[in-house]
Amino acid sequence: MSVQTPISGLPTPSGTPGAPKLLEVRDIVTRFTTDRGSLTAVNGVSLSLERGRTLGVVGESGSGKSVLSRSIMGLLPRSNTERSGQVIFEGKEISGLNDSEYRELWGDEMAMIFQDPMTALNPVMKVGLQITESLRFHLNMSKSDAKDTAVALLKAVKIPEPEKRFSSYPHEMSGGMRQRVVIAVALACGPKLLFADEPTTALDVTVQAQILDLLAEQQRERYMGIILVTHDLGVVAGRADEIAVMYAGQIVEQAPTALLFSEMKMPYTEALMAAIPKLTDASHTRLAAIGGRPPDLVNPPKGCAFSPRCPYVQPRCHEESPTLTPSPTAPEHLFACFYPIGSPETEEVRLRIAAQRLMATAPEFVAAPAKTPTPAEQSPVPAPPEQTEGM
Amino acid sequence: MAGSGTAHLRQPSETLLRIQNLVVDFPAGRGKKVSAVSNVSFDIASGETLGLVGESGCGKSTTGKAIMQLPRPTRGEVTLDGTDLCSLRGEQLRNTRPRLQMIFQDPISSLNPRRTVMQIVEEPLNIWKIGTPEERRLKVNEVLSAVGIDPEAAAERKPHEFSGGQCQRISIARAVITEPSVIICDEPVSALDVSVQAQILNLLEDMKARYGLTLVFIAHDLAVVKNISDRVAVMYLGKMCEIGNPDALYSAPAHPYTRALLAAIPLPDPNASLDTEHHLEGDLPSPISPPSGCRFRTRCPLAQDICAQVEPQMQHVTGDQYVACHFPLQAVSEVPVALTQ
Repeated sequence: MSVQTPISGLPTPSGTPGAPKLLEVRDIVTRFTTDRGSLTAVNGVSLSLERGRTLGVVGESGSGKSVLSRSIMGLLPRSNTERSGQVIFEGKEISGLNDSEYRELWGDEMAMIFQDPMTALNPVMKVGLQITESLRFHLNMSKSDAKDTAVALLKAVKIPEPEKRFSSYPHEMSGGMRQRVVIAVALACGPKLLFADEPTTALDVTVQAQILDLLAEQQRERYMGIILVTHDLGVVAGRADEIAVMYAGQIVEQAPTALLFSEMKMPYTEALMAAIPKLTDASHTRLAAIGGRPPDLVNPPKGCAFSPRCPYVQPRCHEESPTLTPSPTAPEHLFACFYPIGSPETEEVRLRIAAQRLMATAPEFVAAPAKTPTPAEQSPVPAPPEQTEGM
Repeated sequence: MAGSGTAHLRQPSETLLRIQNLVVDFPAGRGKKVSAVSNVSFDIASGETLGLVGESGCGKSTTGKAIMQLPRPTRGEVTLDGTDLCSLRGEQLRNTRPRLQMIFQDPISSLNPRRTVMQIVEEPLNIWKIGTPEERRLKVNEVLSAVGIDPEAAAERKPHEFSGGQCQRISIARAVITEPSVIICDEPVSALDVSVQAQILNLLEDMKARYGLTLVFIAHDLAVVKNISDRVAVMYLGKMCEIGNPDALYSAPAHPYTRALLAAIPLPDPNASLDTEHHLEGDLPSPISPPSGCRFRTRCPLAQDICAQVEPQMQHVTGDQYVACHFPLQAVSEVPVALTQ
C-alpha cells in the first residue's frame, strides 16, 4: 500500500523483555445510575492485549461487552457513570485522563469502529472531510496532504473510485461502503489499538466477509491490536487469537480460540454454541435454546449469575459466586464455574438429560407399549419441559 | 443466473400457494422505475416451509409483501388455494386476509405500544367478529399459552414491559389467532440474540405442527433458513437463482451465488478454513439499471459473454433442485422436467 499514513514506524516487536503490553485492564467496574438504582454493567473485568493480536469479546445483548470497550476508551458520559479500575495503555495509566487528554489519544493511538455505519458518520459532512478531520487535528497535515492520504485510505479499504467518493455524502453509499468509510476514519492516524464494536452486525453476510477480510489485512499491515466485540461466535472463531465470553458484566471464560472451542469449560459458553443453528445439521434439527433470560443487573441473583439458567446447576451455585480462575491443566484457559463441563457433577446431569430426551423422542423403543401408539399419545416419561423466556 | 422461468413449479393441485411471474415495480423518480421483484415464480405445498434468502435489496421482503397484496404486485399471479389474489378487489380480497398473516422483523415496533397484550392479540377476532367476548378471551388465553406467555400475568401489560423475544412471541400469537393457512415471516429472528433466536425458531416449528401452518420464511441467515425450511429459494437482485431442499442445496449448490453466500458464512469453528476463494467482491448493482442477461454476472467468477446477452432460465438439477444459470456448478438434466401448467 502506497499510503503515506504514519504507520507509526516499524512495530515494536511484542514480547521484547521489559516492553509494556499494549493494553492492560485491571478490575474495571462500571456502574450506571438509573431510576431503579445502581446498575452494574461491567463487574470486575481484567484483560490484556499485545500489538498485532485480536481479542474477541462475545456475549448476548446486555452482557456488558459494549460498555466494556467504551469504559476502556473513556467514551462513557461522566454524569451518571461511576467507573473504577485501571486501564494501562503502553505502560501509562489512562483512566484518569480529562477530556482534552483523551482527545489526543482518540483517533491517534486508539480508535473505534461502531456497529451502525449510518449513525457513526456525520450525514451532512462529505466522507472525505470526515477522514481528513483527524489527520489535520492529530498530524497537522496540510489540506492537500490530508486529502491525498484520505484518498489513499479510501483505496486501501477497497472503495472504488476513491477520488470521486472523497466528495460523496454518506447517504450516497451502500451500507457496506459506509462501513468501509468508518474503518478508513478509524485507521486514518494509524492507531495502535482498534476497537471494533459489532462492526458487521448491520451488514449482509457477503459484505461481512469482505469487511472482516479487510480488517485482518489492515491489522497485518499496521500491526494493530484489535478488540473485536460481537455476539456471533462464528465471527470470532475465524478471526480472534483469544476469546473472552461475557455474561452479566463479567468474563466467565477466556482462552485462546482453539482451546476455547475444543475444551469449553463454562456451561454458558456451551449453551451459546449449542443455540446456533449449524449448517452441518439436517434441516428441522431442534435447536438447544437457553431457557430464561439474562439477569437484571440492578438486582443480580445471588451466587453465579448464570445459575438460574444453567442446566447443570448445583446448590452451591445459588449461594457463592465463582471467580475467574485458570484451569489446572492449561493456565491460559480461565473460567468462572464450580462445576465446569467435564466435571463428574455436570457429566451426571448431561447423561440424565440425554436419557430423558431419548425416552421422549422414541417412546416405542424404550417403553415398548403393547398397543400401537397413536400420535396423540403422551410418552411415558415426559420430555424435560422446555423453558421459555418466562414472565 | 438470476433468471426467470417456471420449470421448477409443481402441479397446481399439489400446492397451496403459487406465485407465478411476479413483478413489483416502484417509481424511482424522473420517469424511471425499480423492478424490486422481476419475474419470480415459486410454489409452496400445504404444510411446507419455504425459506427465501438473499442479500439486502434482493427483493425477498418485497416478495413477501406482494404475496399479501401490500402493495399489490405490478404483474403476475399469486394463487392461494386456486384463487388468484391479484384479481380480487375490495371485500373479496379483504375476506382472504385472515388466511394470510405476517410476522415482522422488529417485534417491538410491530406491536402497538398503547394497547395491552390482550387487546393486541384479540383484535383480529374482533375485526372478524368471531365468537362471543367470552370465547374470544378463552381463545386469546389459549394462543398466549401456546406461544409460552403466561396469559394471567401478561394480558393487561403493554409491549414495553416485555423483552424482544417475548414481543416476538406475542406477534406470533396475534398471527395464529385467526388460524391462517399461510404465515409470512419477514426476518422474524434477525433482531434477536442467538439464545432467543433458538427459542423462537423452535416455537415456530411447534406452532406449525399445532396449527397446521404453511410458512414463507424470509431471512438473510442461511443457517437459520436451513434449520426451519423444507425448501429454500435463493434470490438475487429481484430474480430467482436457485431453489431446492436445503440439505441438497447446501451440500451441492448449483448456482455460483449460492456457493458465494455459503462461503461467506462465518463458522463457529476455529479449525474451519475460511473459504476466501469464493468470497464475493463489490456491492449489489443498482436495481434501477440492472445488468443485462444474468443479473449476477458482474460479480460472478464464471461469467462469459453469453451471460450478458441471454437471461438464464430455470433448469432441473436433481430431485427438486432447480437452478437458473448458464454455467451451473452441478450437472443439469438435458431435458428439463416441465411441470408447469
